[in-house]
Amino acid sequence: MEIFSYLAIFLLIRRVQKAFRFSPLRFKWASLFTMGLWSCVGVYVLVLCVVGVLDDGLNGVKLLVGSLLLLGVVTFADKEPDFLAFRPFLRAHYPLIASTFIMGFTELILRVFPGLEDNYEKVSGVLIFGILGAFVWIFARGAANKKQLEELSFANQQNLHLDKLVAERTAEITKQKNELQETLELLQTTQRQLIQSEKLASLGELTAGIAHEIQNPLNFVNNFSEVSIELLTEMEAELNSGDKEEVIAIAEDVKRNLEKILHHGKRADGIVKGMLQHSRASNGVKELTDINKLADEYLRLAYHGLRAKDKSFNAELVTHFGEGLPAINVVPQDIGRVLLNLFTNAFYAVQQKQKKMGDDFRPVITLTTDTLDGKIRVKVKDNGIGIPDVIKDKIMQPFFTTKPTGEGTGLGLSLSYDMVVKGHGGSITVDTREGECCEFTIMLPVNHDKIQI
Amino acid sequence: MKNKTINKNLNTFCKGMKILVVDDEADIQSLFVQRFRKEIKSGEFDFSFALSGEEALVYLEKHHSEIILILSDINMPGMSGIELLSRIRHSYEKPPPVVMMITAYGDDENRQQAQQFGADDFLTKPLDFSLLKDKLKTFI
Repeated sequence: MEIFSYLAIFLLIRRVQKAFRFSPLRFKWASLFTMGLWSCVGVYVLVLCVVGVLDDGLNGVKLLVGSLLLLGVVTFADKEPDFLAFRPFLRAHYPLIASTFIMGFTELILRVFPGLEDNYEKVSGVLIFGILGAFVWIFARGAANKKQLEELSFANQQNLHLDKLVAERTAEITKQKNELQETLELLQTTQRQLIQSEKLASLGELTAGIAHEIQNPLNFVNNFSEVSIELLTEMEAELNSGDKEEVIAIAEDVKRNLEKILHHGKRADGIVKGMLQHSRASNGVKELTDINKLADEYLRLAYHGLRAKDKSFNAELVTHFGEGLPAINVVPQDIGRVLLNLFTNAFYAVQQKQKKMGDDFRPVITLTTDTLDGKIRVKVKDNGIGIPDVIKDKIMQPFFTTKPTGEGTGLGLSLSYDMVVKGHGGSITVDTREGECCEFTIMLPVNHDKIQI
Repeated sequence: MKNKTINKNLNTFCKGMKILVVDDEADIQSLFVQRFRKEIKSGEFDFSFALSGEEALVYLEKHHSEIILILSDINMPGMSGIELLSRIRHSYEKPPPVVMMITAYGDDENRQQAQQFGADDFLTKPLDFSLLKDKLKTFI
């Protein structure tokens, strides 16, 4: 009967060895496995020989050694984390250990107390059956354990597959994210370029207006200078003839002329400065600004700019500048561009209506400034084609334009909205009747900076 | 200054050529007065001014047939010089005043339009006053 426990050790080691065939763990355990196998056979033979030589009656020792050896192997393996998967199988060995031990122990007792042999005959059958049963149990458990292991390995494979899928998806998503990031950067660059080109486009519209606006004061500077030279020549003559009254009158004229020269020089200066400001990238610095002056300046520029392109165009410009408006903190070139945009749109609207209705139509652009609820209100009204209700909600959207391709960027109002609302904490609204009129209203807080804090 | 001009106007209302200058730039008035001060003094020319086409029409209404020459800017807000010209040509048949158009944009389109509406001459800004003087004298 002792053969079963040694056999069990042998088979246990072989089984684990087989299971580790394709595992990296086999290198770690290979030598121990071989040693275990050989020592198992060795101990068995040794025990057989020793018992055979000493005393045939010591059969119980073979059983005890076998069970203890098996217990040692199982206990050792049970504690090793490497054999975790075999734990149920290992534990299936306990009944065999127990039954072999009991049988060995019983036989040793019989050796000491030979009188009990009759009784042993009765129980030995049970013990033999126990050992055989326990041995069979190991293999039954072994088969079940093997199945479990297979399932586990299948699950592991599934896990590996899933891990791989997750890694693939993650890589894909990361790639998409990077692509989106690149696209976003490209879009931002394009947006900056578009804003710049919109600025240049509006500068182009201004150029002719600016030329006209500068030419006029320059003409006055030249003319008043020339006439003053003539007056001074005349003054010399009058001095020689001693007509004091006439000399004083001429001096008055010259003085007045010089004032006019100064005035028109400053006018041209202001226009050039405004143009530079317009073309320069907005530095975002708010300055105390006279909105009336700014609006007037840009109204003239927009008007003459359009006139230079379309000579037949004419419109009546009506201005109602609110008196005593406080200077407000705004970025002048930004608000200037907003106003320019509104004026250009207004002129475009009346121009379109004139094309439809002919010469009977009299275009009127009205610019009104005043204060309301501690805010400065600027209204730009035209009696042009108006805005249809269906597109009214879209006009502030970027790239929305009703102009033919190539004529408008569709950014004018969208940028204006950003500059007024986000840049200055103001508001921009539109009131329109299709075919009749359109009025844009800008509200700019007087003490915007205080509100921000 | 004003008194003097009025005096001169009184002195010369028979022989002086009445000229109406229409321009939206107010300073053009004192410029003309100074540029032509000798002629005004001698009573050769008599200038009146209007700041817009509408104002010019009102003036012409009041001073019917007194004005014999009109110098008008084309590029003015509201009624343009061209429109003023066409109105003048419609309503003042006898005696038709001489109309000279002035523009800052010395281009063919404006010139053709001005001629088409019956302008007698076409001048570009900046005004060459000695040339203008010569032209005005040929109309006397």
